[in-house]
Amino acid sequence: MQVSAPALALERITVTFVSPVGASATARFTAVKDATLMVRPGEFVSVVGPTGCGKSTLLNIAAGLLEPSAGEVRVFGERLAGLNRNAGYLFQTEALLPWRTALGNVTAGLEFRGVARAEAGRRAEAWLQRVGLRGHGHRYPHQLSGGMRKRVALAQTLILDPQIILMDEPFSALDIQTRQLMENELLELWSVDRKSVVFITHDLEEAISLSDRVVVFSAGPASHPIGEFEIDLPRPRDVAEIRLSPRFVELHTKIWQAMKQEVLKGYEQQKSQ
Amino acid sequence: MNSRKASRFLRLWQVLILAGVFVFWQVATDPELLPPIYFDNPNKAAFFFGQPLEVLARVWVWFSSGSIYGHLWVTLLETVLAFVIGTASGLGVGLWLALSPTAAALLDPYIKAMNAMPRVILAPIFGVWFGLGMASKVALGVTLVFFIVFFNVYQGVREVSHTVLANARMLGAGERQLLRHVYIPSATSWVFASLHNSVGLAFVGAVVGEYLGSSEGVGYLILQAEGTFDINSVFAGILVLTAFALVLDWLVTLAERRLMVWQPRSGETERI
Repeated sequence: MQVSAPALALERITVTFVSPVGASATARFTAVKDATLMVRPGEFVSVVGPTGCGKSTLLNIAAGLLEPSAGEVRVFGERLAGLNRNAGYLFQTEALLPWRTALGNVTAGLEFRGVARAEAGRRAEAWLQRVGLRGHGHRYPHQLSGGMRKRVALAQTLILDPQIILMDEPFSALDIQTRQLMENELLELWSVDRKSVVFITHDLEEAISLSDRVVVFSAGPASHPIGEFEIDLPRPRDVAEIRLSPRFVELHTKIWQAMKQEVLKGYEQQKSQ
Repeated sequence: MNSRKASRFLRLWQVLILAGVFVFWQVATDPELLPPIYFDNPNKAAFFFGQPLEVLARVWVWFSSGSIYGHLWVTLLETVLAFVIGTASGLGVGLWLALSPTAAALLDPYIKAMNAMPRVILAPIFGVWFGLGMASKVALGVTLVFFIVFFNVYQGVREVSHTVLANARMLGAGERQLLRHVYIPSATSWVFASLHNSVGLAFVGAVVGEYLGSSEGVGYLILQAEGTFDINSVFAGILVLTAFALVLDWLVTLAERRLMVWQPRSGETERI
């Protein structure tokens, strides 16, 4: 492992989906074209862009769940083949195993890796406590609220101590209050041992308040990065308060200028479909 | 009205309907209560339709003399064997085909054909192959149960949420762990949805098999009674079969409640 190597490097990634239409014809759809994204160790990077711009596709590439049509993924300097074992993935939709209790979900990763059950249980209890779910370990996902399920998912991923955390609009289904609470908790958990984070969102305010850097993607198809912005807001931050600071507003205005055209383009495309 | 009262009220009416049917049946078949409407002979109605009091008396005699236990045991054993073997093989084959698309594509027309075939017609062949004992009945039940479970498992595995699957992969699950911790639990919930059906069909397999050729079992009892135009015994046999089918169904419900705790039931609240 080189010291200077980025934690995650997506180099000139192109993703083209092929789907059969009829007997001989195929439809091609290029979701991402020539996208390059670097994430330094310990850096919190947000990717923003209009809905349907292939942000999730990019994250699946980084996770190794999807193979790029062209381009290369490097993880700490090494070429990625197969699943990204250094990454944890927080999904947008429900991803917990519904037949396992909250505790069982948190221990799942450890069990898959062969950690003894008692040891896994002990560590999972500690993690449930860290995400504020002490005493809820025996509940099944359907017995928990949306926010609680996200916390379980967070503990499930973080217990494995991934060097890179990939998040796909993890809080988009939550109400605004719960969401801000979760964002603060995420920042707190992250600040303990700064892992690299790629955070996908369509919410610019969320992106700015959480990140070290915000990358703006163009509207799809053939989505690619069109701008990068360093966020020099001081840490630790409170996501609710920082939105009121003048520097935040300044950054927001600047990034929004870059994004606006793309959002409108994306909106028009969705309308015409 | 609270829910407990409402359910008691419902139960009362359900019993009343049953009683009503029996009373109507008794009155309509009694040679003296009503003047003959359709039949020229007042005893004909009772001959063709039996009489509930006679039927119940027959059931009582069967159980009090103990003559039915042997037959019941045989029928239930056939049912349970058919159910267990059919479910296990349906689960196994369903998982296999769902997880290996090539095999599924290859066998697809045969599976469709076998499912489309009216499989009860296999009973005589099974009689030739496995004799007139229990084995042929179990075989018939298995063919009925297998397909129900098989199709449900096949469906269940294919409908595993992609996100859940991707999540388990990212958490480090290998192929075997995916099978054990994702595919099988997911398929199980679909199997349970089909268990009520398959218990019923296992029973059908056993009884139809007995009916077509056997020397013991409740189906055999019914066949014997029919041969001597003993309609009351036929109905008594049907009554006993129905009661035990309900008991089996109830046992499945119990098992389902125990094993499917993770599934949300509509309107579930926690009692404190």
